[in-house]
Amino acid sequence: MSTASPTGSTTAAATAAAPAAIPKASFDWKPVLLLAVVMAAALPAIGSPSSWLTLTVAGLAMGLIVFVIASGLTLVFGLMDVLNFGHGVFIALGAFVATTVMAGMAGFADGGVGPALLAIFCAMLVAMAVAGAIGWAFERVIVRPVYGLHLKQILITMGGMIVGEEIIKVLWGPLQIALPLPAPLRGAFYLGDAAIEKYRLVAAAIGLAVFVLLVWTLARTKVGLLIRAGVQDREMVESLGYRIRQLFVGVFVAGSALAGLGGVLWGLYQQAVTPQIGAQVNVLIFIVIIIGGLGSTLGCFIGALLVGLMANYTGFLAPKVALFSNIGLMVAILLWRPQGLYPVTNR
Amino acid sequence: MSPTGRPEGTLLELQGVHTHIGAYHILHGVDLLVPEGEVTMLLGRNGAGKTTTLRTIMGLWQASQGRIHFRGQPIQAEPTPQIAGRGIAYVPENMGIFTDLTVKENVVLAARQARHEGELDQTRLEWIFGLFPALRKFWLYPAGKLSGGQKQMLAVARAICEPRALLLIDEPSKGLAPSIIQNLISAFRELKAQQTTILLVEQNFLMAKALGDHVAVMDDGRVVHSGAMAELAADEALQQRLLGLSLGAHQ
Repeated sequence: MSTASPTGSTTAAATAAAPAAIPKASFDWKPVLLLAVVMAAALPAIGSPSSWLTLTVAGLAMGLIVFVIASGLTLVFGLMDVLNFGHGVFIALGAFVATTVMAGMAGFADGGVGPALLAIFCAMLVAMAVAGAIGWAFERVIVRPVYGLHLKQILITMGGMIVGEEIIKVLWGPLQIALPLPAPLRGAFYLGDAAIEKYRLVAAAIGLAVFVLLVWTLARTKVGLLIRAGVQDREMVESLGYRIRQLFVGVFVAGSALAGLGGVLWGLYQQAVTPQIGAQVNVLIFIVIIIGGLGSTLGCFIGALLVGLMANYTGFLAPKVALFSNIGLMVAILLWRPQGLYPVTNR
Repeated sequence: MSPTGRPEGTLLELQGVHTHIGAYHILHGVDLLVPEGEVTMLLGRNGAGKTTTLRTIMGLWQASQGRIHFRGQPIQAEPTPQIAGRGIAYVPENMGIFTDLTVKENVVLAARQARHEGELDQTRLEWIFGLFPALRKFWLYPAGKLSGGQKQMLAVARAICEPRALLLIDEPSKGLAPSIIQNLISAFRELKAQQTTILLVEQNFLMAKALGDHVAVMDDGRVVHSGAMAELAADEALQQRLLGLSLGAHQ
């Protein structure tokens, strides 16, 4: 057991008498505070409140997109101890599927904010369906034979990503493809002097919705209970009579679909898509899930927001440092909490 | 005798079960009968193979040889969830508590029929709270905050939150204070009064004496003695021979 039990005598006292013997369940606010501190510290460093607001909104939007991508990966790792280095291929897949869907709906999407939103929602749905279906096959063919074998998992999932990337090149060509935002979603509006891009708000709203839905599922449904319990002790979940393998396939498919969704968001954010997008984002999402505490959804959320903010702040303040900022952030956080922001117990 | 040669009323039967863990050969042909509606104690020194026997029954480790019958059906090749689905509940030595979940969530998870708290069998829940009042008190607390004894109570509560045919319980008294052990003994007595079949691994001979109908003593991966618990409890020479010096310390 990772949680230490009191010795025999204190155990007796705790049972015999006081409820006071057990501390009230308390939420660990420190990582959330860290987020607030980073935002607050950036204000004097940047100087101008309007630039600060622009960068903060951009950072949070980027963080939320990264969270959508990384959330599936952290659950896959937490639940089944599978290191899926091929997660990036679903990002690329989602983004490329979106280029096709958006191209098909181009005329319709420029007809106003409503049709524009409808078009990107369609692209997201199709991308999620395709990424989820490919994720199902990926689990069956590539991941299933290597359960419990970390080194082989790394090799074969990376191999899977390379193959996936090449297939994408065959289907969509090796070059960068533009993924323009529909005209009504382009541009910014102004809050005082601060320019806030419309699309960033859309992306942030979708990211928040995914976060709320995930947290609700994990906290309030039996499937969520099973996932949280499985992250801690797979064997006991099976001993209680649940087929954790089926649960895992479900989580893998959902995680792949979320990566596909994240790919669409990311592609629209960059307004362009390359077949290498998966490999590029892969590094970022591994940093995020390590910062957050492997297997932790809340940690992944805070970690993603920190990464998004740091990238934008340092990109503005010291562009050369920006290349290093995420690794620096990871080092700093691991020095503070070696298990990540919200460590999952029993790991 | 039934056609398989099994005495009537046997719920679980192990025949010549061998288990390997990696390169180690742990069980060397375990033969064990667990009669329905009674408490069978599994005793033996550390390393005798008691825990491995329970884990092999649960399918957590595969038997490399031999047969395990539950209600006359072979289960040794079945995956763990299917074995659990037959109505076998397992309380492992480390209790297997989900520490990040609340006490309530732990129980809801163990109740396969219930999707949420509202669907728990309230009468049964009240009965469990009667056995272990601490669980009511800490119902909404993270289970990781419970004391060792309370965790053990939660582990047992999970095993009995729905009717189960057989309880496999691994050393519930381990590391607990005498008053808590008494609480557990009275809870198990009540289960016993309701004809629950229990296979209980114990080092604590006092507990074994208080609860056991039958006893099987293991040594070196085999069952070396089986019979009535009362018989072993009355025969000090036999205890000395089977369980060695460690026994005196428990009495």
